Amino acid sequence: MDLRVEFAGLVLKNPIITASGTFGFGLEFASFGDLKRLGGIVVKGLSLTPREGNPMPRVAETPCGMLNAIGIQNPGVEAFLRDKLPLLPWRETAIIANMYACSVPEFGDLAGVLAGEEGVAALEVNVSCPNVTLGGAAFGQDPKQIRKVTEAVKKRAKGKPVIVKLSPNVTDIASCALAAQEGGADAVSLINTLLAMAVDIRTRKPTLANVLGGLSGPAIKPVALRCVHQVCRKVSIPVIGIGGIVSAEDALEFILLGAAAVQVGTANFLRPDQSFRIIDDLPRAMLKAHSDSLDELRGSLKLP
Amino acid sequence: MVERNCREVKVREIRFLGTWDEPSDFVELTLENPGWESYRPGQFAMLRARHWGLELPWGRPFSISRVDAESVTFFIQVVGRGTSRLARLRTGDEVVVWGPLGNGFSAPPETPTLLLAGGMGIAPFRGYVERHRTPESLRLVFAHRTGLDFYPYQSLAQLVHAEAIQEHTPEDLPGIIARLEEVMDEYAEGGLVLACGPTPFLHTVQTYALKMDIRAEISLEKTMACGVGACLGCVCKDAEGKHMQVCARGPVFPATGVQL
Repeated sequence: MDLRVEFAGLVLKNPIITASGTFGFGLEFASFGDLKRLGGIVVKGLSLTPREGNPMPRVAETPCGMLNAIGIQNPGVEAFLRDKLPLLPWRETAIIANMYACSVPEFGDLAGVLAGEEGVAALEVNVSCPNVTLGGAAFGQDPKQIRKVTEAVKKRAKGKPVIVKLSPNVTDIASCALAAQEGGADAVSLINTLLAMAVDIRTRKPTLANVLGGLSGPAIKPVALRCVHQVCRKVSIPVIGIGGIVSAEDALEFILLGAAAVQVGTANFLRPDQSFRIIDDLPRAMLKAHSDSLDELRGSLKLP
Repeated sequence: MVERNCREVKVREIRFLGTWDEPSDFVELTLENPGWESYRPGQFAMLRARHWGLELPWGRPFSISRVDAESVTFFIQVVGRGTSRLARLRTGDEVVVWGPLGNGFSAPPETPTLLLAGGMGIAPFRGYVERHRTPESLRLVFAHRTGLDFYPYQSLAQLVHAEAIQEHTPEDLPGIIARLEEVMDEYAEGGLVLACGPTPFLHTVQTYALKMDIRAEISLEKTMACGVGACLGCVCKDAEGKHMQVCARGPVFPATGVQL
């Protein structure tokens, strides 16, 4: 069965992409499956300079999900390009660089560094960080800021596809997607984590040192489906569905809504070969949906 | 390098071989041997029962206690949702495992080596003693709160010189710490101290090892989501204060190389 997908200038072997922050730099998972079999890998969020991230504890398991507040711990973009990218099978699998910055010019500079790299297939812009020049309000909660960041990244991207990753912590995610499209984004990916919290009654403290964290995993899939549905109806650029996908059936649900591809995140913790298992299982799930074509399935949701 | 540690690791689905006499908060979990004969004591594995479904998305990290031709054994204390389910597995239930993970303890032959175990920290030392090339150079001191019968202490005491100290009340602590330090002194010249246990226990061992310049290694315990170095949820700080993953860079660290 042909599982190839093409969108935003990318050609992927299949629609399964591993999500940022859940698959390291890919190399950590090389013994659990052939990285070349993945549609794509979105690497851990990269910043211009190395970041130590947040204090511990940073993660908490919740029913059907988890919270994280890692704080974009990463070795910096230069170390990624020097130490990790050359070891990745970038000729066979799309390596997508997830970008984190706290000001518009910084986003532009980071895009400039990554755009010159042959091994980077696309840029994914994380707009959920606080905007330092605007007093700390997250870029991702203001369509105007999303548009500005997108424009700044697009200008320096040297033709590489720019994907804007959207936060669900907004009143109208479709207008955020539209802002990204107007700013020149080649695609949007959604959803990032839902702002959440956990409490330990024995210590009477928040479970996470950061107090707040992002909820991910199967618990958020219905919210993700709703968001992807709303965005697919509003924008003309391709949409990458993310949120609680643990099976091939889950992936198809997003594709039925119109998603060009999907990202698998928390499921990589269920077992480290889960993304590979989802790819193996995709043809069987497609037959369950009475189809042998992703193009035929895509966007074929029957609305009342 | 992070990736070195799990180059050969695969995910396996293996059966639980045991049965339970009666419910307990301290259990010996015996699974089919997934082919881990060459593991290094001090390494760990991630365990997740197949029937957990999606409610518990994470595997649980446990120190590998021992491996023989037929089976691998873990010692588990029930502390939460995952461990309580593991302690209720039924014979033949399938468990998804990935391991051995991490680095393990040093095991230099003919080196006087002191094993300091606190509570469930005794788990990795069973395999350590069984596999050591010169077990006569080993000695165990075991500090525990719950009764001795709940731990695999007797099987270890048959193999090496062993001593157990029980903490009945918090007032016992200064005496226990004094005893640990007294024994550690004997390993200051050319010896090695290995410790596994709760963080305050490790802190005691580390502080004294650094003060007296005793060569020591400590095995850390952290909540983990992936176990393979990717999620960055289990980090600790190295001597310079930089974050490093306990799963991939440890769980065993030289006492000089980690901040507790």
